[in-house]
Amino acid sequence: MAVSHLECKECKAQYPLEALYVCEQCFGPLQVAYDHTRLGHDVGELRRRIQGGPQNIWRYADFLPLAGGPPGPSGRLASRVGLPAGCTPLIRADRLAARLGLREVWVKNDAANPTHSFKDRVVSVAVTRARELGFQTIACASTGNLANSVAAHGAALGLDSYVFIPADLEEQKILATGVYGTNLVGVKGNYDDVNRLCTELCAERDWAFVNINMRPYYAEGSKTLAFEIAEQLGWELPDRCVVPIASGSLFTKIARGFEEWGELGLIEGTPPRMNGAQAQGCSPVASAFAAGHDVCRPVKPSTIAKSLAIGNPADGPYALDLARRTGGSVDAVSDEEIRAGIKLLAETTGVFTETAGGVTTAVLAKLAARGDIDPDERVVLVITGEGLKTLDAVRGSFETHTIEPSVESFQAGVPEPLTV
Amino acid sequence: MSVLVKIPTQLRPVAGGEAEAQIDGATVQEVLDGLFERFEELRVRIADDDGSLRRFVNVYVAGEDIRFLDGLATPVADGAEMTILPAVAGG
Repeated sequence: MAVSHLECKECKAQYPLEALYVCEQCFGPLQVAYDHTRLGHDVGELRRRIQGGPQNIWRYADFLPLAGGPPGPSGRLASRVGLPAGCTPLIRADRLAARLGLREVWVKNDAANPTHSFKDRVVSVAVTRARELGFQTIACASTGNLANSVAAHGAALGLDSYVFIPADLEEQKILATGVYGTNLVGVKGNYDDVNRLCTELCAERDWAFVNINMRPYYAEGSKTLAFEIAEQLGWELPDRCVVPIASGSLFTKIARGFEEWGELGLIEGTPPRMNGAQAQGCSPVASAFAAGHDVCRPVKPSTIAKSLAIGNPADGPYALDLARRTGGSVDAVSDEEIRAGIKLLAETTGVFTETAGGVTTAVLAKLAARGDIDPDERVVLVITGEGLKTLDAVRGSFETHTIEPSVESFQAGVPEPLTV
Repeated sequence: MSVLVKIPTQLRPVAGGEAEAQIDGATVQEVLDGLFERFEELRVRIADDDGSLRRFVNVYVAGEDIRFLDGLATPVADGAEMTILPAVAGG
């Protein structure tokens, strides 16, 4: 396999491929380094190799940090073990584009994963690597979607799991975690408190915390979103991606995925402009972007977009650099705009997203209204989660016609369809 | 005034293998100075040349991030707990 070693993103110190996440020299984050020379330079052959892989993220195993390759037996039927993630639909959203005055908008619907969010990608990679390293217990600090995914992967693979969440999380996300039989721990505090506690616990327990000591491997899973988008567009790049930002990991790793394939010649052209989306009630990255700062000042979150409510984003500096480097931006929207974003996406595409997707859609609408997007651009909207997990956000946003079971009552109480 | 400083695993090799240290000081800065005096190598790992903390270092006093308090000038009470942690987790 092509995976080589861990290296510090800041000082480039090298480390072995173990459960490490912090540079001992400078405290910077560690990332996975690869040696792709064995893949060769035959782009056609490389594409065929990918296309011949399974219909899940393991078709990209050459670009993921697993020493033993994809889990399960080899071949096209491979890797149907655990909870295979990925290969979610990329939908051409012409009605949404028309509403926003744009020409070409695509919706990457990552709610179509096993536990209905993009987190299955990162957890699949982290947990598979954790098994390679011999861990028996997996754990995480979560704003909800990760909780669902870690609990489900623990169940699928027969690993013990501990899931730490803020105690006031949406009920749907708590129920959709506990059902898998995990050790569910509600912490009285916000996500940043949960994260601090887990960082401390990580030093005391021999567990694989997917987003702490396994974070270098975990983060790599997000690159598969970029790989799929490029493959689904016929080995082409979009001009722009709109992506939600919580810790900034997804945002930066999608860009890394495009860059990596560009370096290998699998795709050609300029990498897309990257637009980050945050909720105004938790917008440390958007605020730093607007102020011209290169680090984020932490905030206490207060927003309906709880899956994005990270006040102390670990990859904030890298997200800021990426947005600036690609000519993108990081924008924030209000809770009201988030609800409108959920409705806009649902009414124009048939995709019902959670509050984080409302944030992303609302930021796309904002960019379009501001004239930031050339109408000829090909734009991809990354929808990371499922609307059924945050039902409260749409409660009371429409009317139900309640009638007697008679034609007269129907005619009197329900309007006729609007005809054009 | 004495404060209990909790040292993260990544820094224990340069802190005599200790997980905790009792340090005197009235502010976060004074406690850090005392810590660096005891374990000189710690300084270059988490502080920049100008004395400020590197951007991937989080410091908490009684569980609260010092950036929500007074930063390095945050007062620490006698018997308080101060925690140093990597900032690169989560999400």
